[in-house]
Amino acid sequence: MAPKLSAVIGVGQTRHVTARHDVSMAGLVREAARQALDDAGMDWSDIDAVVVGKAPDTFEGVIMPELYLADALGAAGKPMLRVHTAGSVGGSTAIVAAKLVMAGIHERVLAVAFEKQSESNATWGLTVAMPFQAPLVAGAGGYFAPLIRAYMARSGAPRHIGHLVAVKDRRAALRNPNAHLHLADIDLKMVEESFLLWDPLRYLDVCPSSDGAMAMVIGSESVADAAPGPPAWIHGTAMRSEPTMFAGRDQVNPQAGRDCAADVYAQAGITNPRQDFDCAEVYVPFSWYEPMWLENLGFCPEGDGWKLTEAGATAPDGDIPWNPSGGVLSSNPIGASGMIRFGEAAQQVRERAGDYQVKLQTGRALGQAYGGGSQFFSMWVVANHKPD
Amino acid sequence: MRDVAVIAFAQSLVGHDREHNEVELISPVVQAAVSQSGIARHDIGFTVSGSCDYLSGGPFTFVQGLDAVGAWPPIKESHVEMDAAWALYEAWVAIQVGDVDSALIYGFGKSSTTDVHEVFSLQNDPYYVAPLWPSTIDMAALQACAALHAGVTTERDIAEFSAACHRAARSNPHAIAAADVSADEVLAAPMTHPPLRDADIAPITDGAVAVVIAAAAVARSVCDRPAWIRGIEHRIEPQALGVRDLTASASTRAAAEAAGVGDAPVEVAEIHAQFGHEGPLLARALGLGADTVVNPSGGPLGANPLMSAGLIRIGEVAERIWDGGVGRGVAHATQGPCLQQNLVCVLEGEGS
Repeated sequence: MAPKLSAVIGVGQTRHVTARHDVSMAGLVREAARQALDDAGMDWSDIDAVVVGKAPDTFEGVIMPELYLADALGAAGKPMLRVHTAGSVGGSTAIVAAKLVMAGIHERVLAVAFEKQSESNATWGLTVAMPFQAPLVAGAGGYFAPLIRAYMARSGAPRHIGHLVAVKDRRAALRNPNAHLHLADIDLKMVEESFLLWDPLRYLDVCPSSDGAMAMVIGSESVADAAPGPPAWIHGTAMRSEPTMFAGRDQVNPQAGRDCAADVYAQAGITNPRQDFDCAEVYVPFSWYEPMWLENLGFCPEGDGWKLTEAGATAPDGDIPWNPSGGVLSSNPIGASGMIRFGEAAQQVRERAGDYQVKLQTGRALGQAYGGGSQFFSMWVVANHKPD
Repeated sequence: MRDVAVIAFAQSLVGHDREHNEVELISPVVQAAVSQSGIARHDIGFTVSGSCDYLSGGPFTFVQGLDAVGAWPPIKESHVEMDAAWALYEAWVAIQVGDVDSALIYGFGKSSTTDVHEVFSLQNDPYYVAPLWPSTIDMAALQACAALHAGVTTERDIAEFSAACHRAARSNPHAIAAADVSADEVLAAPMTHPPLRDADIAPITDGAVAVVIAAAAVARSVCDRPAWIRGIEHRIEPQALGVRDLTASASTRAAAEAAGVGDAPVEVAEIHAQFGHEGPLLARALGLGADTVVNPSGGPLGANPLMSAGLIRIGEVAERIWDGGVGRGVAHATQGPCLQQNLVCVLEGEGS
């Protein structure tokens, strides 16, 4: 049985800022959802089901907030699901929503992901001691910095590579009105002189903490054919997970990420990602994760990721732009960040990316998100044409 | 739609488990369910769980669950911050898409590590309701009052339901609140949370549950009498109490109609009634008649592990179909204050 065709036909996104004091959580998600519906030429009553994603409930202090958000998202009387797969959740949420259409269960599904991090402190929220476990008390940066150092040792990458990514993504964000950070005068020196957080990560190598929401309407083939705007056809979706730690686990280049990429590439007929995609929106919360994921996603041989970054291949005017929206380094409402990657990939192939639109050649883009201890992966391939 | 059946079910429940962490709770039930399924662990196409971070008091509770399920080599896996009955729904969808033929679903949680009734008041609207700290029992008592005042049920109906659940629980080795108690004895006890009595309130329960489902070809090859999922639907209501009818569960009724509950007689129903008044209220919403046996396992009033008690309902109905005792049954799961969100699953044996 082949999955039914599905496509992104509406995308909506809030601007991302440190604190949205002007809206409640309901107001935040509704703002993104309303934009997505408008884009799809739909109203709340047109939607068959709603899928909500966000990272830990401790970030806002509300248990299963989608219950309280049900009416704000027009879900009353409808099916509603809540996905939580750590940092990859925004991507997973889009995939769960797409599967409702791919299975032929629904025609029009609203997917929404959000985080209102100003309600609490994310580093605190990520380091609460668990019963019966030794607490890491390190936040995400403290967890990932040793893996980055392992990557540097393994690949021989020079120390400035991460800073290059930090500058590239913040410059890209200057063209994205929704991006949280707009650092007009950012340059290598500014990043190098920002204070050290977790060696080798300096302050400007790290993502911000944002309030924001992302929403998408995913429709069936007949719905997408009749949509007012161009659809982003979904050519493949994949998720993979592996345990956090065990002897011999490669945490720098995780097997789950490589398997997930192989799966989604096989579905979409991708054989050479660097050539087959026009761009990629990839979850890079710490600058060094660009070269690391370039290798994990097969855009280059292992050990060569930093060379692509250094050569400018991943810049907006490079041969394979990564995160032309400015990426997670420029906006990070954690639970939404994965869906922003998936949605920005869709906007690129719909040619709706405004001032940060890349030039389309293959008409295909990759969306990727990861979470936990580099152990949860979700990916999709979208295109401006239907699959063959 | 592809035919999909429940083919394995295992549970491990304790009142206050002070010995095991979550991984230790999950591991044996996953092993038991996988073994019972007859499918090798790495041949199961998809894995999905349901849990709640606020039970453990920290973020990413589900991450450690991976240590218990054999996620190496890496697996196709997902998680819902919902009762694991909805994890089963996501698994059913994955099988409908067609790229996997079987799925492992598990739910887990330790309710005993906190005052869960009070903590779960954080499930309410954070701006207008949660600051009042209404416990889950307070909210249920409000609904019970509304149902009594509307004449939808009576104190005796509630007591009859609660007593029947505790009596039925005596035959369930997993139940932790079994008692030979009559409705008169329940009514003679004081209302501890008016109009609810202690016998009307589900016990605090720690535990883990695992289920395996599979598409027809696989199910038939490993199971003599698969429990076929003939309908599975879920609906949500707005949360605010003022905008919904507390005396009827509109979302249960809508899900039941969509799942086809009324298309044929229902021999057995396992309903996720965590408070006595929810029994009569849900039976009405599901359209159950007097000839349906309700909660033969004792239901949540016998044992109520949060985040898996809904999935247990599906497993309990499936077990009765496997052994040939039942041809058609209905499982119900709920979450949210005052039955806000409800799932209904119709299960049938081969000949039904």
